[in-house]
Amino acid sequence: MTTPQNHAVSGAEITLDNVVKRYAGQRTSAVDSLSLTIPAGEIVMFIGPSGCGKTTSLKMINRLIEPTSGSISINGEDIRTKSQDELRRRIGYVIQGGSLFPHMTVARNIAIVPKLLGWDKKRIATRVDELLDLVGLDPARYRDRYPRELSGGQQQRVGVARGLAADPPVILMDEPFGAVDPITRQRLQDELLSIQRELHKTIVMVTHDIDEAIKLGDRVLILQDGAKVAQYDTPEAILAAPANDFVDDFVGSGSALKQLTLARVSDLEFTRRSTAKVGESSTEAIARAEQAGDAAVVVLDARNRPVAWRFLRQLRRHDTIQEGDWESLVTLDERATLNDALDTMLTSGHGGAIVCDGRDQYLGVVDFDSVTGHMRAVEQEAAVHQEAAARHNAVEDDGLTAPEASV
Amino acid sequence: MVWQFIEDRRHQLLYDGFQHVYLVVLAVVLAAVIAILLAMFATRVPRIGGAVAGVATSNVLNMLTAIGLTIPGLALVGLLMPLTGIGATTALICVCFYAVLPILRNAIVGLVGVDAALLESARGMGMGELAVMFRIRLPLAWPVIIAGIRVSLQMSMGIAAIAAYALGPGLGKDIFTGLGELGGANALNYALVATVGVVILALILDFLLVLLGRLTTSKGIRA
Repeated sequence: MTTPQNHAVSGAEITLDNVVKRYAGQRTSAVDSLSLTIPAGEIVMFIGPSGCGKTTSLKMINRLIEPTSGSISINGEDIRTKSQDELRRRIGYVIQGGSLFPHMTVARNIAIVPKLLGWDKKRIATRVDELLDLVGLDPARYRDRYPRELSGGQQQRVGVARGLAADPPVILMDEPFGAVDPITRQRLQDELLSIQRELHKTIVMVTHDIDEAIKLGDRVLILQDGAKVAQYDTPEAILAAPANDFVDDFVGSGSALKQLTLARVSDLEFTRRSTAKVGESSTEAIARAEQAGDAAVVVLDARNRPVAWRFLRQLRRHDTIQEGDWESLVTLDERATLNDALDTMLTSGHGGAIVCDGRDQYLGVVDFDSVTGHMRAVEQEAAVHQEAAARHNAVEDDGLTAPEASV
Repeated sequence: MVWQFIEDRRHQLLYDGFQHVYLVVLAVVLAAVIAILLAMFATRVPRIGGAVAGVATSNVLNMLTAIGLTIPGLALVGLLMPLTGIGATTALICVCFYAVLPILRNAIVGLVGVDAALLESARGMGMGELAVMFRIRLPLAWPVIIAGIRVSLQMSMGIAAIAAYALGPGLGKDIFTGLGELGGANALNYALVATVGVVILALILDFLLVLLGRLTTSKGIRA
């Protein structure tokens, strides 16, 4: 089913059919008859209060937990037809903090599944470098490091690379970004989105963060106790029309603010700021910036990636534009949400944020004005939405709360 | 003079020292194999009989090691002699018995102490139980196990001296000679030189073991 190293391969469809998990000695089921179709190539987010069975449901897909009854199939094939180990080697698994093995180098960590699958050495080495590139870590620099020599965000990136190693059609992620700081989390989320745009895997992710669910999910599954489906729909639909009070409470109030999580940076107008290339003469760059009335200049490297955002006084210190550290500059992916954009702007000293596309190419700058402008428009739209939703609920009664959700 | 004493019996002392080290190293290597296998078995049991049984297994083993360590060395030698006779075999069994205990204790602690998230991550990637044991658990527990082996080795140097009571090889023989001839011309020299010899050899072995530990522990988890 999998053709490793072929990026055109998209994910596989996962179907859960009346899946029940009951633990011995407990009166209520952890998962009570869950039926669900996860479409191929989509990101589906599992979210719900703690103990609702979302992690249990996830772990039943790679048989870390065996269902009491019911069946699960991937691309129509029952997951019990193969051995557990065989199944798991074809499903990526990423958990919180990356869970890298501390006694193995980055390369060996990533190579685990390919090795289990018996790939030859050369192919593994090529694949490791390819993956490190994909997650934005320079292979030459990071290949032979040990996990403890990496930051939390870098460890998590390696964790994602490890999950993708054998090019599995399905990737399961259990709160992968739970252990990193908000700025890093936002960056990792953006990177995951840009990887997904390229690979089109089926990704199932458990999270406890509704903003993360709305941002990353093509669909969001909101679970109540016993893994009862409260609502399973696109983030837009969930925000516009919560199926019941539970969902409404869960999503939280201030849905206009939540809409900030739905809107992407690419929806905004970018403003043009002065740029300068690494190595070019500082005087020229400063002259250009002063003419444009900018107090700072975005420095781009030879590959058109922004590497620094420097004030003119910083530029004056050198004759030519100096190199900067691309990895340490906080930029926004064009797919980032407005929520993230505000976060980034607040921490930047420039009252704005640099926007890049999926390949880290410079696109422009967004500032507070562009966000507030957009917010005003969204607020008006939301009012219209809510009115429509109220009418919709009145007509359809409680039709959306049926326990079975399917696509 | 002590120096004259050493000079005169250079060859005998060197030979006894070599025998002593040989006995201890052999016993500790054997003990390490036995202890690690037992500890692996104890950590594997939870997978068979549920978590409760697993805890019980390692607890029972820990209790046995505690009891084992309270048996006086000389008593064990006495108990073993009727069974295995007088000589090197009895000495080896005796030293090995004590050597197992600290290693077993540390191996259990090390193997059980591996982060559950790492183990789940390994299983989630399709590693079988054996692969998890040998590629994840054992390398991660290794520094703790090596620490156990160091304790075991130090202890065994002393135990081996006592085992000489059963006419085992090594410097213990010289200590007993000295003690037996107390008041005699060279009694003090025998006891003193042999004892100091044991200490020096123990320190050298410990140093070699630290070196071995560094070489066999992954750079990623070295202290």
